[in-house]
Amino acid sequence: MAKRRIKYKYKLLIAALIFVAAAVASICFGTVNFSPPVFLKILMGEADNSVRSILLYSRAPRTLACLFAGAALAASGGTLQSVLSNKLASPSIIGVNSGAGLGVTVACALGAVSGWTVSAAAFIGSLITVAVISLFAVKTGASKTTVILGGVAFNAILNALCESVAVLDSDAAAMSVDFRVGGFSSVSYNRLLPAAVFIVISLLILLTLCNELDVVTLGDETARGIGLKVENYRIIFLVLSAVLAGAAVSFSGLLGFIGLIVPHFARRIVGSESGKLIPFCILSGGAFVAMCDTVSRIIFSPFEMPVGVLMAVIGGPVFIALLIRTKGGRRYA
Amino acid sequence: MLEMKKVSSGYGKTEILHSVDFNAEEGKITTVIGCNGCGKSTLIKTALGLIPLKSGEVFLSGKPISEMTPQDTAKCAAYLTQGRNVPDITVGRLVLHGRFPYLNYPRRYGKEDFRLADEAMHRMGVADLAEKPLSSLSGGMRQKVYIAMALAQQSPIIVMDEPTTYLDIGWQMKLADIVRELADSGKTVILVLHDILLALKISDCVTAMSDGRIVFRGTPAELISDGVIEEIFGVRVRSLETENGMQYYYE
Repeated sequence: MAKRRIKYKYKLLIAALIFVAAAVASICFGTVNFSPPVFLKILMGEADNSVRSILLYSRAPRTLACLFAGAALAASGGTLQSVLSNKLASPSIIGVNSGAGLGVTVACALGAVSGWTVSAAAFIGSLITVAVISLFAVKTGASKTTVILGGVAFNAILNALCESVAVLDSDAAAMSVDFRVGGFSSVSYNRLLPAAVFIVISLLILLTLCNELDVVTLGDETARGIGLKVENYRIIFLVLSAVLAGAAVSFSGLLGFIGLIVPHFARRIVGSESGKLIPFCILSGGAFVAMCDTVSRIIFSPFEMPVGVLMAVIGGPVFIALLIRTKGGRRYA
Repeated sequence: MLEMKKVSSGYGKTEILHSVDFNAEEGKITTVIGCNGCGKSTLIKTALGLIPLKSGEVFLSGKPISEMTPQDTAKCAAYLTQGRNVPDITVGRLVLHGRFPYLNYPRRYGKEDFRLADEAMHRMGVADLAEKPLSSLSGGMRQKVYIAMALAQQSPIIVMDEPTTYLDIGWQMKLADIVRELADSGKTVILVLHDILLALKISDCVTAMSDGRIVFRGTPAELISDGVIEEIFGVRVRSLETENGMQYYYE
């Protein structure tokens, strides 16, 4: 066992280095580029005010948003896949994204135009969905299959409501398009801060409960036999996943794909043990989103490609290739 | 010691166990036998607090189970379940989770937990597989891993539901030796077995069930002389005293 732990530390170290490199690249590259020495000067307060302003009020919040969103969505997806014993689970499967989408559409229909209001509406929409999912999980004894089927039903209901609002108010439909595609172009510290607090607290709780998450995957009887209140913990993990995803989509828009593909890659690299998987998901999710966002800014510069589109373009084929390489997808059945 | 007094239990509104009195003593192997669906697994799940009581009381090491937390129950009694998931986990980590009831803040396993898990894996001959995914093992090897997990739990009571499932005959005999060692070390060992001959060979006390009721409780010799096996299973078992002890066979 000792050999494996050392290996994992190296993998985590590499992920951490990539995370830092992605963060630095995200800050340095864009429509205006800063070389790493200039970046160091800015950090030391030796740069002029205009450069400093771009960095502090445009690039830094955007980079932080990428890192927080990627970490939260990947950790949320990894947790859901474990707790529902279904590797196709992601935050969207329990209706969090649809809840956020409905919140935004309703807010736009009511006349909300500022980024901050839209963000708050997404957050409230996802939190209401979390509350409903939690209540549903409690009422149904948190059975895995029931939660997944219930999530599909919630998604259908919320999407139908969302479409209804959009049909009745075409302006709302147009205004919520940016949110649906996902991106970080309008992120500010004000939008990021409340969600970041939720994300940090949820991640800390999740990292503390990694052994409990592992034990939930052993099956109800085995888990109860070693003293875990399975139903209670399944609800705790569902709520944590939903809060993480809801907080992330409140400022990033619907980047649901991260919650599906990053945990898959992470599992291939470090295995499914939660104590290794979740920290790796946090680092690799943050790094992946930051890298995609950087590429989306520079690939057609000065125009910006929506990061959600880029992720789907890169992630989709890679994910399909991964499924084909893994015994025709049988491993993921 | 495990004791059940006038216990009734079941699933939903359906009652499976009907006013059952059962006890298993320290330092002894108590085996539960009976036809399919007679309530053997329900009996032990009820005894471990995994199925709520409809009436009666269960005592684990003298304490009423109604006053124990799931963690206390797990510290008191290890349970090898009959049917299980095949989780995506390594052998070593699964066995280590046998130490889960003892986990305290900061929720990390300590050196002693790793040592006891290693010891249990060596005892069940799976130490070399510690890094292997459980899903890559055969049914018999997985069974050994789960038994190692139960051993790592280091509880005074150990309950195993069909522990010989998937095991080859050599390992069935080795498991018989291991459970004897556990009983000799003062633990209360409870086994649910379909293999009647093995039950007769290794048990100190046999409990026979039928239709959610206990119909016999006594030594293997008494079980044969009372004709309970023939009554329940419709087969006759005979015993033969040899230089290796009492041997049993179907007539």
